[in-house]
Amino acid sequence: MSTRLTITITVTVNGEPMTAAVEPRMSLADFLRAEGLKGTHVGCEHGVCGACTVRVDGRTARGCLILAVQCDGLAVETIEGATDSGRLRDLQDAFIDNNALQCGFCTPGMLLAADELLRHRATPSRQAIREHLSGNYCRCTGYQAIVDAVEQVAKRRAGQGS
Amino acid sequence: MTEPGPISSLDRPNSYIGRAVPRPNARRLVEGRGSYVDDIDLPRMVHLAFHRSPYAHAEIKAVDTEEARTMPGVVGVFTMDDLKDRITPWVGVLDHLKGIKSAEQWPLADGKVFSQGEPIVAVAATSRAIAEDAAERVTVAYEELPPVTDMMTALDPATPVIHPELRDNLCFHRVLDTGEVDAVFASAAAVVEDSFHFNRHTGVTLEPRSIVCDYNPADGQLTLHMSVQCPHMSKNLYARHLGLDEDRVRVVCRDVGGSFGIKIHTYADEMAAGAIAVKLGRPVKFVADRLESFVTDIHARDHKVKARAAFSAEGELLAIDMEDVTGIGPFSVYPRTSGIELNQVVNLTGGPYRHAHYRVDGKVVFQNKNVMCQYRGVGHPIAVAVGEHLMDLGARKLGLDPVAVRRRSFIPEDAYPYTSPSGAIYERQSHQACLEKLVEAMDYAGLRAEQNALRAGKTYRGIGFASLIEVTNPSPAFYGVGGARIASQDGCTLRLDPTGGITATTGVTEQGQGTETIIAQIAATAVGVPIDKVRVITGDTDLVPYGGGTWASRGAGIGGEAALQAGKALRQNILELAATILQAKPVDLDVRDGAVVDDASGVERMPLAELGRIAYFRGDTLPKDVQPELIATRHYTQRGYPFVFTNAAHACHLEVDAETGIVRLLKYWVVEDCGRVINPKLVAEQTRGGVVQGIGPALYEECLYNAEGQLLNGSLADYLLPMAAEMPDIEVLHVETPTGTSELGAKGVGEAGTAGAPAAIMNAINDALSPFEVTLSDMPFTPDKILRALGKIPIREKSAGT
Repeated sequence: MSTRLTITITVTVNGEPMTAAVEPRMSLADFLRAEGLKGTHVGCEHGVCGACTVRVDGRTARGCLILAVQCDGLAVETIEGATDSGRLRDLQDAFIDNNALQCGFCTPGMLLAADELLRHRATPSRQAIREHLSGNYCRCTGYQAIVDAVEQVAKRRAGQGS
Repeated sequence: MTEPGPISSLDRPNSYIGRAVPRPNARRLVEGRGSYVDDIDLPRMVHLAFHRSPYAHAEIKAVDTEEARTMPGVVGVFTMDDLKDRITPWVGVLDHLKGIKSAEQWPLADGKVFSQGEPIVAVAATSRAIAEDAAERVTVAYEELPPVTDMMTALDPATPVIHPELRDNLCFHRVLDTGEVDAVFASAAAVVEDSFHFNRHTGVTLEPRSIVCDYNPADGQLTLHMSVQCPHMSKNLYARHLGLDEDRVRVVCRDVGGSFGIKIHTYADEMAAGAIAVKLGRPVKFVADRLESFVTDIHARDHKVKARAAFSAEGELLAIDMEDVTGIGPFSVYPRTSGIELNQVVNLTGGPYRHAHYRVDGKVVFQNKNVMCQYRGVGHPIAVAVGEHLMDLGARKLGLDPVAVRRRSFIPEDAYPYTSPSGAIYERQSHQACLEKLVEAMDYAGLRAEQNALRAGKTYRGIGFASLIEVTNPSPAFYGVGGARIASQDGCTLRLDPTGGITATTGVTEQGQGTETIIAQIAATAVGVPIDKVRVITGDTDLVPYGGGTWASRGAGIGGEAALQAGKALRQNILELAATILQAKPVDLDVRDGAVVDDASGVERMPLAELGRIAYFRGDTLPKDVQPELIATRHYTQRGYPFVFTNAAHACHLEVDAETGIVRLLKYWVVEDCGRVINPKLVAEQTRGGVVQGIGPALYEECLYNAEGQLLNGSLADYLLPMAAEMPDIEVLHVETPTGTSELGAKGVGEAGTAGAPAAIMNAINDALSPFEVTLSDMPFTPDKILRALGKIPIREKSAGT
């Protein structure tokens, strides 16, 4: 058996440059988790459940469908970074207030997906929220509390003019 | 014992009972700071991957692991022969399920495989990727055996017997007959009947099954980091089958990414991980991937039912007669068995109604498919759907309203406690109150008027009802009497720390439903402290009182009562010590908002932090005969009835597109009576999540097998789950009938949503399609089945085995 091929990449993760030698087959989600960022969850590894949602160069992406080597030179943000930035604080508070999470496994991905919606549509309808979040499975809540939380934040943000 | 006891202990000045307190553990989950099993990395840890059978039924002729063993990074390759000195097999039977039988099950295949996905060879390597690479290099020579897949022919003499030592493919057979059933049917004003199919589906916990087994040979200690519902049960099972001292097996369960009954069973691959950890003397991690989950996580349901009901001319349900066949895969699952689901169907069908005559013949049969076992709702969805569909058919045949036949048939309010024809005892239920509240909340009359008006324009809306009962707060009658070491009692320890804070440990467990929150609410209320002073620890068998964990909707009712009693005991200890320090009588003092107060005036006498300081650091200032005991433990076993039943009334409003067959859910209502409501928000969210887990299999979810026993849609790309866009808003209302079996008065709520939703969906679809005079009872109600029923596309012959 030959030695495994690795490629050295540098990815800016949550604002910090990270250099690592990775196998070409390693997914971005596995890379992030191996680097200790355990908030990115792996639910299906085939791009359906949305638990591994992260932001790559400002847009949400499935961490399981992108290879780490594809992110060489790119900026990746995970739930840890988004939390530290404070940008999700009102959404996170609303998720807690509405009990929009039970087991919490889908929650990091769900928050990043909801955040992306609210960046593009200030006051989406409930159905628009439901449709946007349909790429993120939640097995516990039945989704209503999540929709309530996102709707509440949209209205508050609109009310504050931000 | 039908009236609830006094509630003075709950009705305290700073009571948190009945308040929608947010969950204290939610913050770390929204910040991605949870701790799931796959987040654990231990020194020298190896990762497992399995070579699994592609066949549903085959004899293993040869296994070649040579290439896998020599791959760099591979630490060990194991067949069953390599592990037989480390583990013993198990058999999923219980003494009280008369006649139930199953075969010995090993963690890896022992010469034969009985279902697709059964593990044959385990590979331990320094990474999961390397382990998977090596598992692919294992070659196995098989001789295919004829697969038994169709449960309806599993017992035919021509069908091969899966386990020859069992003589046939019958796992369990239960018959119940109250007598005179034929006579009642012969003289009834109306008789209705139908055949049902309850599809195989599965739980799809977003966090797959995961385990880290950490064996330390130096002290013989096995620490299991598990994603489970019942840590003490797991501790016992691993000790028993690995031949370890049970006192040296520790289960640590932190965050669980969904369970719903999936993570409560014995899984071959997880047991193999335990044996390999002992063998290697280093930590072993196994995390199922999604494809493994689909073929190995327990499946649910898979019933075919034929049922009929007899009614009086006034619409009163008189009798039910039914046959149920359940396919459970090749083994009865250990240790809870795959017979309990049938038992529940038998016990619960027609549960809300006073039908005196009842006959059931239920058979549980083996097949070469994945195993079926207890999943959220256990039997209830079948029992409720059969009973409620028969109620609607009866109403239709008699020209009565479905609400009217239910009102007519409910067990009368003055008949409690009531013994059902299956022998279940209902303490007190509120079917009438729930249904009336439901009808009002949904504006039933308005919806009917709208339905009629819209039909003229070929818009077909339907309204479906489901009244139900749910088994909660089980006594030892569930498993303990059957010989399984699954505790029905639970305990709670509350300790007052020198800071005035309370550390609570409880045997019940958290999977996101809010167990830790309600234990904190109860403890804070019973002791008399602000809720943010209570910290709750669950899931670690080295720390928490021995208990059953989470199953059968018991966390709040059993664990909550233990917490209440522990809180009362700790408060009494605090008051006695405070009385000594303050030279007062305990009876004249109380604990409120974290301070000892004068009971009559409420004036603060001493903060608990000061009491703690004296107790822990200045015992020298106390009288010599006073030893502070600022800790209390209480346990609770529900012994009033075999089970404490809850009840609920559901309604679904939906629209069926008669051209496309697509069902659009418009609204859903639940009036739930789970006794004392500890936290209305958590009850509502348990109910909503439960309803959606009932909607899924009614409309979308099905594990589709072909006649060879191959799962055809075992990935999330192919298996359809409820998504946000299709789900309705669900309104949850409450009726509170506290149970008199405990001071807390709480019953369970975790499964009632799942129990009722398939029935309400089925009834609403049939109501929508009533102008076409068709009825559907073959779940899931996919567009193609609806269009076939409407004659829009041809009827398709179902292939055998599906």
